[in-house]
Amino acid sequence: MAERYGKGLLGALAAAALLALLVHWIGLNVIRHYRDDLQFYLQAHLFLVAVSMLAALAVGVPVGILLSRPFMARRAERFMQLFNVGNTVPPLAVLALSLGILGIGDGPAIFALFLASLLPIVRNTYEGLRNVPASLKEAATGIGMTPRQVLLKVELPNAVPILIGGVRIALALNVGTAPLAFLIGANSLGSLIFPAIALNNQPMLLLGAAATALLALLLDGAVTLFSRLCLERGLAR
Amino acid sequence: MIELDRLSKTFKQKNGKDVTAVDAVSLTVNEGEICVFLGPSGCGKTTTLKMINRLIPPSSGRVLINGEDTADLDAVTLRRRIGYVIQQIGLFPNMTIEENITVVPRLLGWDRKACHARALELMNMVQLEPRHYLKRYPRELSGGQQQRIGVIRALAADAPLLLMDEPFGAVDPINRDAIQNEFFQMQRALNKTVIMVSHDIDEALKLGDKIAVFRGGRLIQFDHPDTLLAHPADEFVSQFVGQDSTLKRLLLIRAEDAADDAPSIAPDTPVEQALEAMEEQDRRYVVVTDAERKALGYVKRRDLRRQQGACGQFLQPFKVTAAHDENLRILLSRMYEFNSSWLPVLGADGLFLGEVTQESIADYLSSGRSRGKTSIVSPAANAGAPAA
Repeated sequence: MAERYGKGLLGALAAAALLALLVHWIGLNVIRHYRDDLQFYLQAHLFLVAVSMLAALAVGVPVGILLSRPFMARRAERFMQLFNVGNTVPPLAVLALSLGILGIGDGPAIFALFLASLLPIVRNTYEGLRNVPASLKEAATGIGMTPRQVLLKVELPNAVPILIGGVRIALALNVGTAPLAFLIGANSLGSLIFPAIALNNQPMLLLGAAATALLALLLDGAVTLFSRLCLERGLAR
Repeated sequence: MIELDRLSKTFKQKNGKDVTAVDAVSLTVNEGEICVFLGPSGCGKTTTLKMINRLIPPSSGRVLINGEDTADLDAVTLRRRIGYVIQQIGLFPNMTIEENITVVPRLLGWDRKACHARALELMNMVQLEPRHYLKRYPRELSGGQQQRIGVIRALAADAPLLLMDEPFGAVDPINRDAIQNEFFQMQRALNKTVIMVSHDIDEALKLGDKIAVFRGGRLIQFDHPDTLLAHPADEFVSQFVGQDSTLKRLLLIRAEDAADDAPSIAPDTPVEQALEAMEEQDRRYVVVTDAERKALGYVKRRDLRRQQGACGQFLQPFKVTAAHDENLRILLSRMYEFNSSWLPVLGADGLFLGEVTQESIADYLSSGRSRGKTSIVSPAANAGAPAA
């Protein structure tokens, strides 16, 4: 226990030191100067990420579950190929396409981010459920659980580590892609980065990029922590 | 009581041919008995077991529990009335031990207090300290402990029937022996009807009241373990039980069955009379009993020679004795240990039942007689053993 906390403390110290270095590099006065912008765009960025992630979860998990059911066993891999192909299209192209269909603004940006996050969630939900040992499912069915109870009480809880892995991949992808939404007229941290490139404003560019990266790390940590504490109790790590 | 009536299963292979995995198996297991399905892998024993709780739907035939056709019940209701233990144990890693044990009661809608009380009761039954274990997760327990939890989970909702698919196969030999004994006592105490799949002949002999030998989807023989060893139905069964089948029978035969009706004398019998009787029967000793046939000890011919008076004076206490419900394997071991050629067999109140000698054992084993199940561990577990 003490060792775990010790490691955590050490990690926090290292992170703090890195953060201080970063702040020093960007410069405190730059941050002060862009504070209002940063706050505004961070909120907009978070909004894009949250809405698109929730939508991806709401669609991806049920689709993953559906694909893992026995009646889909033969077709599941083919469906998965469909998602795979979808994912080979670069996010930029997806943005452009959704711009063509949905116009400019938050809507098409959220749609593109949703598509980008969907595959890891579907894939990992499906793999996670398939990796639940057959003996567990047999025991659950054998003691008299309905298929629904087997899914909710046994399969999903034991698929959580792999499922959460997918969510983390999707989240990193999502946060990292969201700045591109600037290109189709949605507000995000990209609104700091792209103008900075155009204006050759190094500190502002750094600020936007660093904020994006930090956000990705923080959200990832939060998801991991939540899953470890609430969802993965008793499961082997 | 559970009855299988011409239960069959045919699978369709990929090439379109039908394969009969289980072919018209009929058998009856009485209440409180353990029936072991025995056979090599692929013989249909597991398929038959799983057709009972319809994890595999039967192609034809009926399963009756206490005379009621289970086809009228939906599968989920049926399974909640039957305990189920699998080899891989199948504890749910995401649930604590308490949640695992009470999973069926909770499905049945028991309230929280009743569930907790039941978990405590069951944990005490397998000698696991509830305070230490109830809040833990399965992966924190050893394999043997996990299997114990697996067994009591199946008992939690007090289902009268228990199906076990090689339940002790994954446990190491030392633990297996202990868990088998523990399970046997629990089964006798709770009077559960058990059907167990095994490929281990020793386990089957140890636990089974009846043994069903399967081969190629057919039920070859269904008998008491001792009958199976003494009279295997065919070459296959005799091969399966092994060449030392007669030695294995030692475990199954009780002292009282192999005891001969040796004479006994009263303590006040005159010495001359006793000597004469021993001479006549070519005996070197005789057991002395009181008026109620309680064994007091024995007298040796050598001690009586050229003596006067009553036999009581020359009485010697027994060095070793045999209890009526001990098995022959224990007896033989004791005879060799004390270098004794005979043991007096004593009943519950010290009543003299006869003597077990090397000859009486050999006579019994070669006589073609056979009997049912005997106790394997303690006299306390013997209460439910059926008579021969």
